[in-house]
Amino acid sequence: MSSVTAIKKDSIWSGGQSPMKASYGKLMMWFFLLSDAFTFSGLLITYGMIRFRHLAFDAETMGEFAFSREYWPIPEEVFQAVPFLHGVSAPLVFVGIMTFVLILSSVTMVLAVEAGQRMDKKAVEKWMLWTLVGGITFLGCQAWEWSHFIHGTENGLDLTGDGIGDFFGANLTFNEYGPSNFAALFFFITGFHGTHVFSGVVLNYIVYYNTVTGVYERRGHYEMVEKVGLYWHFVDLVWVFVFTFFYLV
Amino acid sequence: MASEETSNIEIKPANKEKIRGIWKVALYLAIITAIEFVFAFTMDAGFLRTSIFIFLTIVKAFFIVSEFMHLGHEKKSLVYAIILPMVFLVWLLVVLLKEGSYIFDIGF
Repeated sequence: MSSVTAIKKDSIWSGGQSPMKASYGKLMMWFFLLSDAFTFSGLLITYGMIRFRHLAFDAETMGEFAFSREYWPIPEEVFQAVPFLHGVSAPLVFVGIMTFVLILSSVTMVLAVEAGQRMDKKAVEKWMLWTLVGGITFLGCQAWEWSHFIHGTENGLDLTGDGIGDFFGANLTFNEYGPSNFAALFFFITGFHGTHVFSGVVLNYIVYYNTVTGVYERRGHYEMVEKVGLYWHFVDLVWVFVFTFFYLV
Repeated sequence: MASEETSNIEIKPANKEKIRGIWKVALYLAIITAIEFVFAFTMDAGFLRTSIFIFLTIVKAFFIVSEFMHLGHEKKSLVYAIILPMVFLVWLLVVLLKEGSYIFDIGF
């Protein structure tokens, strides 16, 4: 009996301390992010399944690429527009800029966390503001991307075979780029990610506001910056996967 | 009253080494993204290119989770609590991709 109590006392899991050396809030943020990762994985794997369910474009047998509802489109043929450069084909350039913006705002977030650990209020304010700028810029870019996707290209999709476009852009049931599910998945996956970015911007703003008004300084620590930072990096992490599986592959 | 409280707080100097480390990771992420673009434009689509993309994506994910999210510096038990459940996704991926091709093959 006495040996059992001795083992129990030695174990870090027997209570009275944090075995994972992380606060309650941080742990719960991690487990929330794990469940959110499952949600996004479910969406991206569904994209894979539906894509495999459709015919793939093959340049050797089909020749020049053209939009068709018969096969899954090549992403770089769909996403090649850039604001202010109408008619210029720049595949993946705009989405590359968006990726870069989001990664940079992740960097400024780590710098805010680092400043918070030093109790440097001014630096936290500065880096949180930059993070907000990055997040809002990304959302603006995504709004443009959606708008362009919905309104479509100048040529549109020729359905009657007379060389004149009959359908332009995309909605949830029909689109000029490929099978219906292509646009549906685009709206759902980038939309769900965009919603996360939006919530992230709101949370970042609250943290910024609380920093400016001195809430964290009075509290004696800036752990809230770290917790919201975890969420913000997760949003960036998801985008890395969306970028690969929606735009590159 | 408030200014009295704040004046007691000691601001530690910036940890130069740590900040340099953060920018270094950012540079790695930018370089890997640039490499992905090079492959996207110079290589024909196929199994090999897709594999390269997935590998580079996982490298980027590693840097973000390990350095930015600081998971690489947490306790082992926390690291495994987050990483191990991800294993379930591998099976889901394999099964659903197979299912998708099968539905295509039978023309449903």
